[in-house]
Amino acid sequence: MTTRLPPPKKKDPIARTLQPTQPPGNRSREAQGLTAMAAVGRFALQTCAACDRVQYPPQQICGNCLGDDLPWRDVDPAGVLLAETKLHHANDLYFRDRMPWRLGMVKMDAGPAVVAHIAEDCQQGDRVRLSLNLDRSGHAVMNARPETPGPNQEDDLQLRELSTDPKDRRVLIVDGKTGLGLALVKAFKAAGARAIYVGHAEPWKTSPFLEEIKAIAADAGGITLFPLDVTDTDSVEKLASVLGGKVEIMVNNSYHLRPGGAVDGLDMNISREEMDVHYFGLLRLAGNFGPVLRSRGADGDHGACAWVNILSAYAQVNNPAFGTYSASQAAAWSVAQCMRAEMSGGGVRVVNAFAGPLEDEWHQMVPPPKLEPDMVAGRIVAALQKGLEDLAIGAVAEEIAERLAENPKEIEREIKL
Amino acid sequence: MANVSKNSRMNYDGVAVCVPVTIPYSRYSLRSAHWFCGRALAELIKVAGIAKDEVDGFCVSSFTLAPDSAVGLMQHLGVSPRWLDHIPMGGASGGVGLRRAARAVQCGDAEIVACIAGDTNHVGSFRNTIASFSQFANDAVYPYGSGGPNGSFAFLTDHYMREFGARREDFAKLCIAQRDNALAFPHALMKRPLTLDAYMDARPIADPLCLFDCVMPCAGAEAYLVMAEDRAKSLNLDYARILSTIERHNAYPDDPIQIRGGWAMDVDGFYDLAGIGPEDIDFLQVYDDYPVICFMQIEDLGFCKKGEAAEFVRTHDLTVAGGDFPINTSGGQLSVGQAGAAGGSLGLVETIRQLTDANLGAVVQGARHGLASCFGMINYDRGLCSSAAILGRAGA
Repeated sequence: MTTRLPPPKKKDPIARTLQPTQPPGNRSREAQGLTAMAAVGRFALQTCAACDRVQYPPQQICGNCLGDDLPWRDVDPAGVLLAETKLHHANDLYFRDRMPWRLGMVKMDAGPAVVAHIAEDCQQGDRVRLSLNLDRSGHAVMNARPETPGPNQEDDLQLRELSTDPKDRRVLIVDGKTGLGLALVKAFKAAGARAIYVGHAEPWKTSPFLEEIKAIAADAGGITLFPLDVTDTDSVEKLASVLGGKVEIMVNNSYHLRPGGAVDGLDMNISREEMDVHYFGLLRLAGNFGPVLRSRGADGDHGACAWVNILSAYAQVNNPAFGTYSASQAAAWSVAQCMRAEMSGGGVRVVNAFAGPLEDEWHQMVPPPKLEPDMVAGRIVAALQKGLEDLAIGAVAEEIAERLAENPKEIEREIKL
Repeated sequence: MANVSKNSRMNYDGVAVCVPVTIPYSRYSLRSAHWFCGRALAELIKVAGIAKDEVDGFCVSSFTLAPDSAVGLMQHLGVSPRWLDHIPMGGASGGVGLRRAARAVQCGDAEIVACIAGDTNHVGSFRNTIASFSQFANDAVYPYGSGGPNGSFAFLTDHYMREFGARREDFAKLCIAQRDNALAFPHALMKRPLTLDAYMDARPIADPLCLFDCVMPCAGAEAYLVMAEDRAKSLNLDYARILSTIERHNAYPDDPIQIRGGWAMDVDGFYDLAGIGPEDIDFLQVYDDYPVICFMQIEDLGFCKKGEAAEFVRTHDLTVAGGDFPINTSGGQLSVGQAGAAGGSLGLVETIRQLTDANLGAVVQGARHGLASCFGMINYDRGLCSSAAILGRAGA
């Protein structure tokens, strides 16, 4: 049974913080296919279109029939743990810092034998389930867990290196005054976050959601409100100087949606505001909170681990009904991509959650399906627990992702979602 | 044709293997692989009493010549061979290089082939070698932290022990016997006897492997010459004959985890060509980066059945001094050190020494036939290359 991980103690201010290091991140082009699967939580391997052989490690030619059409298909993740070892020695700094480390060789029912990280509860001879997860270098690795998970599985230290579990971590929710902000507070609370910091702008404006957050805070504790206006550099700087070193998961819920396109109904002020909140806002957050989060990537068992950007699915393809909004989301998405490269030095994962239209005042004229905030928040927390990097939330976002992969021209002409 | 055996392979009549050379090993060296290979060639021609130009064929094996290959080495050494082979098969390169060189001599493509395996070991160079060993290792092994073959052999050892009931004490017996053999060998890096307690209590590396199960990377070179018997006689060189050789790559790909190597696929033809059986082998040199692979070779080369190597080891004395089945007579890599690709030729060169009375260490009295076995290239989850050769004393 996995040992329950004790909650973090107060940090010794004299002790040196462990510098973040990464496991080896050098991969072939073919192996990046695994990374694509791990990013969205799929367990898919190369499967030969001609002879159906499941192949691992990835390569460019089928090792059976020599075919070269090797699509990635979801395969059965079950197998048997054939052999195991506990490493006491490593040349690599990342693993040296974390010895001993357990590895296994799993014979998959689907065919291949794979080297995998193994959970504390796995023993030689056991039936196990494999998953593909991103490690702290941001690349995919194989992991084996017991077929029936035991209690405290999320506390397994090796698995924690691959997930970004909010349990016992401190979370900052930017722009918590919205319906989604409230839902995020509740979801992170339920997931065992140690502290939830809620940023909110324009404190003179009341909001029923903020009132409810205050009520939960008074009732349950562990929730603190802070003034934070992402359009105000001073405000972001100020909060970063107070909270920067305490945030382990950052959730950027900045949201400023107004209808209008470029030719039809252009309002320069609104489009500037959208850019200020979504694009410059993210830049201000990244510049002020990013460096300290990255430096704390290996700060104990509960170090900084994730930066979540809640983006619109229209970041990926412009919806002319919300044309300038879509453009500001696209700009934010591009920044997120930049951050992904930059934050990887600390092993801090940049998670992009692409949501479809929400059930809120600004989507009044949009036909369903529209997303309930609780569902969106639940999906985001689950993604952190699993260690995903990209997620499409809701039918609209999923369809956009699928159609973009299939034919980007088609969706450009016919978005109508 | 008289020289074709019943499995229709041509034998190696008329080929001589001679001038066993070892360039002394060191844990680390500032010298390059080119230096080790160059010193090996200098020693070969000095002992053989020939000029550099008389060597018209080269068979080279090295991990650390980069960015050069064997071709670049030729310019370094100032030679113009008419036959050149580069064997990138690590631990298996010894047996493979031997059979390539023998055929070249037999067919007249070269008169004298220098087989040279050498590597250097700078601080950090082993790490660099394993950090980019193969595409599969980069993608599917190295990111998991084992940093080289330790993790892979831990799996094979763990599985083998559970499957066949081998114990750590059985591996210890082999390692201790090899260390006994090494104490008489001047080039061995390990100079002190190994006790059972020291073996059992050694620092864990990757369970179930501990320190004395793992080979120590070092710098050094192994070399010998292959030429026609007549040429060896005219040069007044003691030589050994090649009775048989095998090689195999990616054997048994459907075994979920390695319990045997390519030797098992080829063992029948191996002894057929030699015209002798396992019972006629006077000493055995097995590739020994980790003891479990020695056990597999003892089984796969026909000295006992699969899974019975532990019992074989328990019931035999493996030392040269008084042993009934001497293994790794110079101490093997576990006691001498693993000089990169030279590890694949260590046993072969020692075999030539034993059969040409050129011993530097313990002597297997009256030895007529020696078997040297090689293994290499953990490309992903298993060693892919196996090779072996049976050599006989000239005139025996």
